[in-house]
Amino acid sequence: MIPVLIGVTLVISSVVYLSPGNPAQIALGQNANPEAIEELEAEMGLNDPPHVRYLDWLAGAAQGDLGTSVRSQRPVSEMIMERLPATLELAIASMALTLIIALPLGVISAVKQYTWVDSLSMVFAIFWISMPSFWLALILILLFSVNWSIFPISGRATPVFTATWLMSLALPAIATGTRRAGLLTRMTRSSMLEILNEDYIRTARGKGIGDRAVIYTHAMKNAMIPIITLIGLQIPLIFSGAVIIETVFAWPGMGRLLVNAVLSRDYPVVQGTVLVYAVIVIAANLAVDVAYSYFDPRIKYD
Amino acid sequence: MTDPLLEIDDLHVHFHTEEGTVEALDGVSLTVERDEVVGVIGESGCGKSVTAFSTMGLLQSPPAEVVSGSIRYDGRELLDLSDDELDGIRGDDITMIYQDPMSSLNPVLTIGHQLTEPLLAHRDISKAAARQKAIEMLEACGLADAERLMDEYPDALSGGMRQRVVIAMALITEPKLLIADEPTTALDVTIQAQIMDLLRDLREEFEMSVLIISHDLAVISEIADRMAVMYAGNVVETCSMRELFEAPLHPYTRKLAESIPSLETSVQRLPTIEGTVPELIDPPTGCRFASRCPDYIGSECDEIDPQLAEPEGIRDHEVACHYYTDESDAEPPWQIQGVEDQ
Amino acid sequence: MSVGHSDSDDDEGDGTPKGGQGSRVATGQLARARTVLRRVMQNRFAVFGLVVVVALLVTAAFAPWIAPYEPTEQNYDALKEPPSLEHPFGTDTYGRDVFSRVVFGSRYAVFLGVVIVGIEMLIGVSLGLLAGYYGGWTEAGIMRLVDISLSIPAIVLALAIAGMLGGGLFPLIVAVSLVGWRGFARLVRGDVKSVMEEEYIESANAAGLSDFRVITRYVLPNAASSIIVYATLTIPTVILWSAGLSFLGMGVQPPKPEWGAILAAGRGDIDSAWWIATFPGLAIMLTVIGFNGLGDGLRDALDPRQVR
Repeated sequence: MIPVLIGVTLVISSVVYLSPGNPAQIALGQNANPEAIEELEAEMGLNDPPHVRYLDWLAGAAQGDLGTSVRSQRPVSEMIMERLPATLELAIASMALTLIIALPLGVISAVKQYTWVDSLSMVFAIFWISMPSFWLALILILLFSVNWSIFPISGRATPVFTATWLMSLALPAIATGTRRAGLLTRMTRSSMLEILNEDYIRTARGKGIGDRAVIYTHAMKNAMIPIITLIGLQIPLIFSGAVIIETVFAWPGMGRLLVNAVLSRDYPVVQGTVLVYAVIVIAANLAVDVAYSYFDPRIKYD
Repeated sequence: MTDPLLEIDDLHVHFHTEEGTVEALDGVSLTVERDEVVGVIGESGCGKSVTAFSTMGLLQSPPAEVVSGSIRYDGRELLDLSDDELDGIRGDDITMIYQDPMSSLNPVLTIGHQLTEPLLAHRDISKAAARQKAIEMLEACGLADAERLMDEYPDALSGGMRQRVVIAMALITEPKLLIADEPTTALDVTIQAQIMDLLRDLREEFEMSVLIISHDLAVISEIADRMAVMYAGNVVETCSMRELFEAPLHPYTRKLAESIPSLETSVQRLPTIEGTVPELIDPPTGCRFASRCPDYIGSECDEIDPQLAEPEGIRDHEVACHYYTDESDAEPPWQIQGVEDQ
Repeated sequence: MSVGHSDSDDDEGDGTPKGGQGSRVATGQLARARTVLRRVMQNRFAVFGLVVVVALLVTAAFAPWIAPYEPTEQNYDALKEPPSLEHPFGTDTYGRDVFSRVVFGSRYAVFLGVVIVGIEMLIGVSLGLLAGYYGGWTEAGIMRLVDISLSIPAIVLALAIAGMLGGGLFPLIVAVSLVGWRGFARLVRGDVKSVMEEEYIESANAAGLSDFRVITRYVLPNAASSIIVYATLTIPTVILWSAGLSFLGMGVQPPKPEWGAILAAGRGDIDSAWWIATFPGLAIMLTVIGFNGLGDGLRDALDPRQVR
């Protein structure tokens, strides 16, 4: 866990240090005088060798200090904390949507293999998988916001947990979630099919306990194990998708912060945002590991 | 005389695969009388297990398809029943013991859960009473510390213990017919003997009919009253256990019997016979054993599918071989005498 | 339709088509190829995919002949015109013919898809081979690298790399390749490890063949079919990512007719001129469906353990 996190910081820092351009120059603008630039360079530690800069940054990061934005001069951690809730909201909503669509559809497809239900949901899955999310976002805006004025075009309504907030969250969550839902539907179906072919499912059928008990008790409990793995794999992808969708819907999350920081070459913000994304993913993977032991009696807490 | 408990008649089952249609069962007929133990023997792939799964309604379809035939249990046609109707019979009146105890128990449900399931589904019984009954059944199956086992997951058990659990699970509803599909194949030899002893004792205790399937004559000979010999999707001979050894009729059965010197020396696997079992995709016409038959008599073997029937002068002993039909003029030189001697 | 236990997606390894039953027996290769072809042709979705992919390649190759206008030719007499016979997909804010732009955009899709997947394959397969073949520290190090890369959401990392390099075609290629190789590495490592357990590898080693010979002659051919399937299924992901990065302004820059870039330009006009953003999006979707169909079909055809 820790080595991976340190590896992540190394990767981020290398990207930043190796990229062309002078942060001090960028901070002060094209017409700044050379003395001021030199002064700022010294202040920002840009003259230090890379490993010193990295260690300084790492020491700061360990204490929650991610540096200062070269654009806004505000602490990076503060900027990220402002944006974090919006990103988490979107990710959780998309994930919930993905699960609500994908799990039932995948299970039904597997149970009704070779029927029209199966074919239809697989066609839908392919359709969703292949749709670029940012394009879907635009189409959703065109239909539901511009034409029918059901949902707001963009932005995040506050305070949270209100109806208007939910309305503003709806389209971004759909746009982020559908591709994942298509994928998870197919993967759930495959996992479920594999389980349905197991001997113990045949044993269960042989007991005459009825299809429902066979599927919901015997198959589902086993299918949850691979499905949790699949859900775990979706987590970084949800955040990936959300970066683009936040931009389309002007959703004030970390993704937009990152895009703007990259476009304005605000290095400390880029560095900090990527790190926080990695921390979220690693934490989510830990949660997945815990979930395993809940569903699989073969895994015991050590 | 009453109807037989189980009567399988001219059952044809096909498997539709990418390579073509596998004619896995080609008119299998088999009966199990009340309170009788019938053994089915044959090489792997001859259709023994398919017959068992057909009876339980557990064939996976697709790829499997029951093309024609009938399976009557206690006078009811099982093939006409819906899955729901079948659920009223399987797991209750007819139960099954499976080949591989390692894979036939659900890894994420407790032994107790899996064991009480048939009772809770088929009987009007409280959970506590079901649990009590399950513990008794585990003990009857020779498992110590049954109380604790109830809350274990299958992973905590050895193969032999698991098979005892599977047997307990099959007997908990006190079925009228038990189908045992290679119940000892996956176990090592000492455990095999224990499991067979257990089965024999339990069958006497519960007075049920048993259809036991194996490729191992030694296993079946310990328990079966009557035998059915299967070859490449056909039943080629049915007779009493004794006749199988003393007066086998079908050339294939003779090969089997020859390889076992006496009833006492057991642990004999099926003998090797020259040639190979025919492909069941586009199988040859006529007798499916013709290409390997040491007593091949001529074109009728290749052209006409022999039917299971009692040869003249022999009772309670059926064989599907042209040696004993009108198509053949040949006198089977080796056995009729022996039969008459009885 | 596919029943395989793995689905490919954005890299994340779950896509790993389980290693095919290699082709170590030289005899019957032709028969095998014929079987694979027959299975692909029996799969309607795969045939559809094949048709789409061929159509895409033809469009890309003959773009100048197919497109009625130059993709960057502006026409101030025909601004934001809706689809018509003259402009089947309408025109954009500069009066450029959207159809011609979409047609030329296929060149970017094919180029990016092939080049980036090629680079990913080169990096990923090499590292996967090293990890699987040598094991030990080599493997631990490489797999740790994969873990690290998996901890950063793909688009986040690609965005940072592309953006820091200044955006444009070359940074886009570098960024996506550096993110996407991990899937190949995991796939190949797994395949190699299972091949390594085969006896003939041991005897090849015992016969004194060099590691390089063993890898190229025995190990790689056994992993080939799953690599091909994975590559086919990775192309659509790469096309989606590239379009996404271009859409964010971090990839191919306008006025170049890349689909994501066209879409981004039409974004502001979605209420007044829906066609500008709609058609490039449809083009991306069709392309992705095509490659997915072909890849699924190939996987099903190559995986003999398939339940049908």
